[in-house]
Amino acid sequence: MPTPTIISARRPTSHPRVFTAVIATLALIVAFGARNVAAQEPAEVTDTTAIVEAALTPPAPPANILADDAPNDAGGAIIVRWDKSPDEGAGLDNVGAYQLLRGRSPNGPFDTVGTMTAGMTEFNDGDVEDGIDYYYVVEVIALPSPDHPNVEPPVSISRPSQPARSSAQWIHMGRLNSLLAVVILASSILYFISKAKGGEKLFIRKIAGLEAVDEAVGRATEMGRKIFFIPGIQDMNNVQTIAGVTILGRVAKMAATYDAKLDVPVPRSLVMVAARETVKQAYLDAGRPDAYDEDMVHYLTDDQFGYAAGVDGMFVRQKPATIFYMGAFFAESLILAETGNSIGAIQIAGTAMPAQLPFFVAACDYTLIGEELFAASAYLSREPKQLGSLKGQDVGKFFILLFAIGGILLATFGVYNISHWFLVR
Amino acid sequence: MKREIPLIITGVVGIVFIVQFFIPHEPFSSLSDIFSDWFSIIEACAIWLGALNLIKLSLDKLGKPMLLVTSAIVVVALIVGIVGAPDEFLAGRFPLILFAVAFLLMALGQYSRSKMKPDWFFALTTIASFVIMLIAGLAFSGGRTFQEPGTHYDYLYRSVYTPLSSTMFAMLAFFVASASYRAFRARNREAAMLLVAAFFVMAGRVPLAEFLGTLTPDAFSGAWATTGGFLSGAADWVMNFPNAAGQRAIMIGIALGIVSTSLRIILGIERSHIGGE
Repeated sequence: MPTPTIISARRPTSHPRVFTAVIATLALIVAFGARNVAAQEPAEVTDTTAIVEAALTPPAPPANILADDAPNDAGGAIIVRWDKSPDEGAGLDNVGAYQLLRGRSPNGPFDTVGTMTAGMTEFNDGDVEDGIDYYYVVEVIALPSPDHPNVEPPVSISRPSQPARSSAQWIHMGRLNSLLAVVILASSILYFISKAKGGEKLFIRKIAGLEAVDEAVGRATEMGRKIFFIPGIQDMNNVQTIAGVTILGRVAKMAATYDAKLDVPVPRSLVMVAARETVKQAYLDAGRPDAYDEDMVHYLTDDQFGYAAGVDGMFVRQKPATIFYMGAFFAESLILAETGNSIGAIQIAGTAMPAQLPFFVAACDYTLIGEELFAASAYLSREPKQLGSLKGQDVGKFFILLFAIGGILLATFGVYNISHWFLVR
Repeated sequence: MKREIPLIITGVVGIVFIVQFFIPHEPFSSLSDIFSDWFSIIEACAIWLGALNLIKLSLDKLGKPMLLVTSAIVVVALIVGIVGAPDEFLAGRFPLILFAVAFLLMALGQYSRSKMKPDWFFALTTIASFVIMLIAGLAFSGGRTFQEPGTHYDYLYRSVYTPLSSTMFAMLAFFVASASYRAFRARNREAAMLLVAAFFVMAGRVPLAEFLGTLTPDAFSGAWATTGGFLSGAADWVMNFPNAAGQRAIMIGIALGIVSTSLRIILGIERSHIGGE
């Protein structure tokens, strides 16, 4: 018999039990994984919320808002101080700025007065009216979150301060030490002026530069050349210019007496006017009103280097025999002095600008250093009242010397806490 | 009264300024500001005194023929400026008209006295510069906005004035060199000390000291490195101690001198600056 052919053979199938086990296993795996995923999803949602919550959490408000009248002023100002927020540099560390608000009632409404960066703990509110109580609150604005730029930085507000009222003070308590110094100095000056008026002879040391003024004016007369007088480059509101114009009066009187020609180029119009009056009076006092010409004192320019260039040009063209520099100078001092030196003039300088003194010392024949400029008028006039003021000034110098020596000794022995007595606020 | 009124004004204003330093209460605090503002206004108005005086003296040096020619040219230029000036009252035509009238009056007044002097060229340059800047500023630079960048005035200022000013300032370097050459000579003991101190300060401040200090430390250049550091240190010591001490001493004397002079002026003891004895 032939072997039967399988016509409709069916593919052999997996064993049902194995298949079921595999499917079950897969199902378990999927279910387990899904559960884990499901377990993670709530965790991810919690972190985002925390971040948003952190971005929305305002910093703790500052405490101890203290508002006081600003001291030693003419009123209209209150100083507000506060302790920094606990979340500045610690805790949430999210302080971005402080904003100060002001109101006339502890419950508001409040107006913004100023905004300060983190770290600031004080503000001077200079826009208040005297006699009115003001209340202040400090807002703390959080740093904006870079991950949530659309989230408005949260703000916290402090409690209102106690009421504060501004007022003007009659005495500046921070300047009592300088008031005492002025009183002592002024008293000593007035004392010695009165002594000098009483006929007492006062010793004043020789000042070489002032002793040479006579010789310098005489030299110009003999050589038939001009005397140039430069009263500095500042205006009449500078005390050095006033000192310079005062000396000009003395020099002009000598020039009038010796019949020397005087030329005073000035850099300011007001100085021109004042110097003209001074020179005119000097010529009158010398009995030479006919020799006075108002064009002796003339204006050049306000500009520093334009003035130096103009004066240098005059020096080089006219070759004066004598040049005086008496007043406040800046960088043009050396330009002027060197040019004067190059033409062979005798130069006498005096200034109270310490930075320019070395240039004058190097380039001029005589230099009045600092206080010698201010003493020049008294020295040249020899008036008792003016000489008395020089002696009074020396008393002040004596006291300063005492304090300097005392301070050195105290500092040597480690005592430093009295230097604040000498601070002028 | 010609001397008394200025003395009274000086005394009152001086005392107010002293008092306001110690009494912040009104009216003292505002009085000092008011006086300062008044001075600024007077100072600004007084500029015309000086400017016209300068023009007058310059015309005086030209001589009659040149004065006539110069006046004619200036007047024509001013007319051109007046025609071209903007309509703004105080920053255009009006000041130019005012100056033109003042200039003509001065020229007429100086005509009889004018004699050509050796520095006539500088006087002419002064007048020309003054008139050119005045016309460029008031007539052709947009009136009040004449200082804005791009205007003719600004161009002249930056192209002419600034380089000239810088040149004068730059000359200081050469003047310092020549003054130093004369000053640093060991004529006597003090001059010798000055020379030694100046040597250390200059050597310590120039790049030489820094260069010596940066040499690699080896057997040869270690000494140079030490020298560079020593020079810089010596320079710093001289500037921070003896120099600072001397400057402070001078400033103390200056402060006392200022107090004394101010007191003399306020009390009327010192009167030379207003024409008194």
